[in-house]
Amino acid sequence: MSLKRIDLLICCGSGCVSAGALKIKERFHEVLAENNITNEVNIIETGCMGPCDYGPVMVIYPEGIFYQKVTPEDVEDIVKEHFLKGRPVTRLMLQDKDKTIQIQKDVPFYHKQIKVALENCGYINPDSLEEYIATGGYEALGRVLLEMTPQEAINIIKESGLRGRGGGGFPTHIKWQMVHDNTQEKVKYIICNGDEGDPGAFMDRSLLEGDPHRILEGMMIAAYCMGASEGFFYIRAEYPLAITRIKQAIEQAKELGLMGQNVFGTDFCFDAEVRTGAGAFVCGEEMALISSIEGQRGNPTPKPPYPAVQGLWGKPTVVNNVETLGNIPTIISRGAEWFASMGTEKSKGTKVFALTGDIRNTGLVEVPMGITLRELIFDVGGGMIGDHKFKAVQLGGPSGGCLTADHLDTPVDYENLKARGAMMGSGGIIVMNEEKCMVNVAKFFMDFCVEESCGKCSPCRIGLKQMLEILERITSGKGKEGDIDELLRLGESVSKLSLCGLGQTAPNPVLSTIRYFRDEYESHIRDQSCNSKVCLDLMHFNIDKERCIGCSLCARKCPTNCISGSREDKYTIHQVDCIKCGNCFDVCPVKAVEKIPGMHPEIVERQKEMAKAAKRNDD
Amino acid sequence: MKTLADLKKIREKAQEDLKLRSGNTRVKIVVGMGTSGIAMGAREVMKTFLEEIATRNLTDVLVTQTGEKGLSSIEPVVDVIEEGKDSITYGNMTPDKVKKVIAEHIVNGRIVSDYVVQTGN
Amino acid sequence: MYKEICSKYAPTKDNLIYILHEIQDAEPQHYISKEAVLAVSDYLKLPENHIYGVMTFYSMYSTTPRGKHIIRLCESPPCYIKGSENILRKLGIILGVEVGETTKDGMFTLELCACLGVCGNAPVMMINEDVYGDLSEEKVEEIIESIRGRQ
Repeated sequence: MSLKRIDLLICCGSGCVSAGALKIKERFHEVLAENNITNEVNIIETGCMGPCDYGPVMVIYPEGIFYQKVTPEDVEDIVKEHFLKGRPVTRLMLQDKDKTIQIQKDVPFYHKQIKVALENCGYINPDSLEEYIATGGYEALGRVLLEMTPQEAINIIKESGLRGRGGGGFPTHIKWQMVHDNTQEKVKYIICNGDEGDPGAFMDRSLLEGDPHRILEGMMIAAYCMGASEGFFYIRAEYPLAITRIKQAIEQAKELGLMGQNVFGTDFCFDAEVRTGAGAFVCGEEMALISSIEGQRGNPTPKPPYPAVQGLWGKPTVVNNVETLGNIPTIISRGAEWFASMGTEKSKGTKVFALTGDIRNTGLVEVPMGITLRELIFDVGGGMIGDHKFKAVQLGGPSGGCLTADHLDTPVDYENLKARGAMMGSGGIIVMNEEKCMVNVAKFFMDFCVEESCGKCSPCRIGLKQMLEILERITSGKGKEGDIDELLRLGESVSKLSLCGLGQTAPNPVLSTIRYFRDEYESHIRDQSCNSKVCLDLMHFNIDKERCIGCSLCARKCPTNCISGSREDKYTIHQVDCIKCGNCFDVCPVKAVEKIPGMHPEIVERQKEMAKAAKRNDD
Repeated sequence: MKTLADLKKIREKAQEDLKLRSGNTRVKIVVGMGTSGIAMGAREVMKTFLEEIATRNLTDVLVTQTGEKGLSSIEPVVDVIEEGKDSITYGNMTPDKVKKVIAEHIVNGRIVSDYVVQTGN
Repeated sequence: MYKEICSKYAPTKDNLIYILHEIQDAEPQHYISKEAVLAVSDYLKLPENHIYGVMTFYSMYSTTPRGKHIIRLCESPPCYIKGSENILRKLGIILGVEVGETTKDGMFTLELCACLGVCGNAPVMMINEDVYGDLSEEKVEEIIESIRGRQ
């Protein structure tokens, strides 16, 4: 028998796994065995540690050393140098300016973060119920069941000011209270909404994978408060690991008697099961989600009746988001006052955000509400990649909006974002640099919503399609005067008339980009120019003869043979035949191929001729 | 699982698994594992510490390692660090000496002065 | 086979989605055949049109045979911003198929999908249940080669 002296925590969140974390784990097993120290080291697969961009990452205790961008080839060094000789491997540590950062808590990425929901994510082994209990797990449930009435527990949540983290920001206690107050109906349900579908959001996945018992405990506390004895986890089928982890957590909790009949010797009985979707974004909407659990198409239904009155199989139901439930145990154990001390007047506590896009530290962060966008993007996120400038930030996914550099000092909370035309949404933050075309981005989000619209109500089904067609016209150089107004008019109608949240919010990206980047729309329409050089029809390639060395590489790589010339005369692109594949741009060794905004005069001329010819034919 | 006390029992037991991560330990033993330490038998010393602590079920002791400390002539070197006390450095350690340090110093709080090469930092 | 899968579940309507998932996973060509629909309809006492309605609503079900490995490239904005278009073009060239098509040897089907929730490592794709992140054109080539090599 021997004691373990090293805890090796390998981040096995999806980001690090996609970067090869599992291969590294295998390699550790091999190298530890080769060196005969298998029994001295605990290898623990944790959930997401947050800084996905540094992945694969790992932390080694007791020192707390943080290694980043580890490859299987590095494992031997870590074992031989660090584990055997006590010399941490400096080259795998993070470099911040001229400083080498050794310890996880010194990594700047973590500085402004306060972890509540993510407290255990990346710290404990999500496969182990014992490790969750060691951090104080299930004490909140025990205390609620043994020492509080449901109403007392609801009051704590009320005083904490917790609001739904899935998007809407609806106060959590109100949902619970409504179902609690319905004493006539004996059968009630609690559903955990894990149908995270907002592009750019992955906090629910990370929580379900990294700390499943926390979500289960939160669900049981909610169930006790409202008088439900059955719960459902609705999780996207795209998240197989999250599904496995929750199923396992349920089994473990049952085995220990934390779930099932008479939990903690009280009258409270509870059972939960996992239901999965099959690839439909709209199922994140609570009424659609309920239809899906019932085995139907995930169509939303008009509200009222709200699910709290008539939900799953017609029974009173509360649908809470994963992150919302993840906050519950900590609020109970540390108190409403503590939670409410963080955040702003109307948005209390912390929020998990997923930082993505053209930003240095992509990943998962948890910060107090009210932090400014600037702090979030430049301090926590480390700023823009390369020498690029910040242009816009998209918050709240396809339901949200884009904000600009003028808004960087906006405090991030429900009200402030909404006032500026964006929204909290589930917390996806996509940062964009100056190379992005905002009209194109808006088109992209619209395309997503058109694809995901369930088709049940016509404003969403037809209105969004109309908006997409206008955007496609604008980005292909066929925009007309009045298109912008038409987009605004359609957008407002769709927002007002759609049945569910998807349609009501889908025009937001278009409306907010028109509000803040109207000049880009105008230059697309009037000047037929995409100044960011993204929309292919509104830009062209050109070879700078000063720089061209006549190597002919571009001509050889051109799929349409539209580049000609010689070493002496240099090379030229025949604009009419160019399909703008970008090969010449990519291969030029001296960067003589440039992207120019606007259509080439030859193309404009040709289009005019073709229009004339078409008119003659018509006549 | 009927009461909070039941849960507490599981919790206390489980916390031992998290000991390395939480840093909640009474004593920290640091073995110098530089090249010269290893050449002089630091691996055996480390192993004996781990085995002894496991056999005696000492739950509040943590063993870790460090690199060269520049004390090559008296390797293997071991630091015993206790919260609020001067750290004690033992030199020329062997597995037998480890057993004695565990029995005397770690368990009973009596420093084995014969092996001490340095106190304080 | 279909009856066997059905009988694992209670014959209630809410199990439809799970039965369909399991049938599709068990089918080597990853799709739900007409025979399967008939068997499920019989078991759950649901009209076929209800089953087709559900199948066509959710993007993960296919009514036509697909390849052994299903490549699902994320087409969400974070991946798009990080260059998923180039990855798609590259996949098209390597596999010689368009989106929605299956390679002649029946090995791969190329599909696009909504956010996979690995945006910190965009662009990403999923092949069966494995997620691959931080894709570059070279990396895609390596991944496909290694899967081909495994056969």
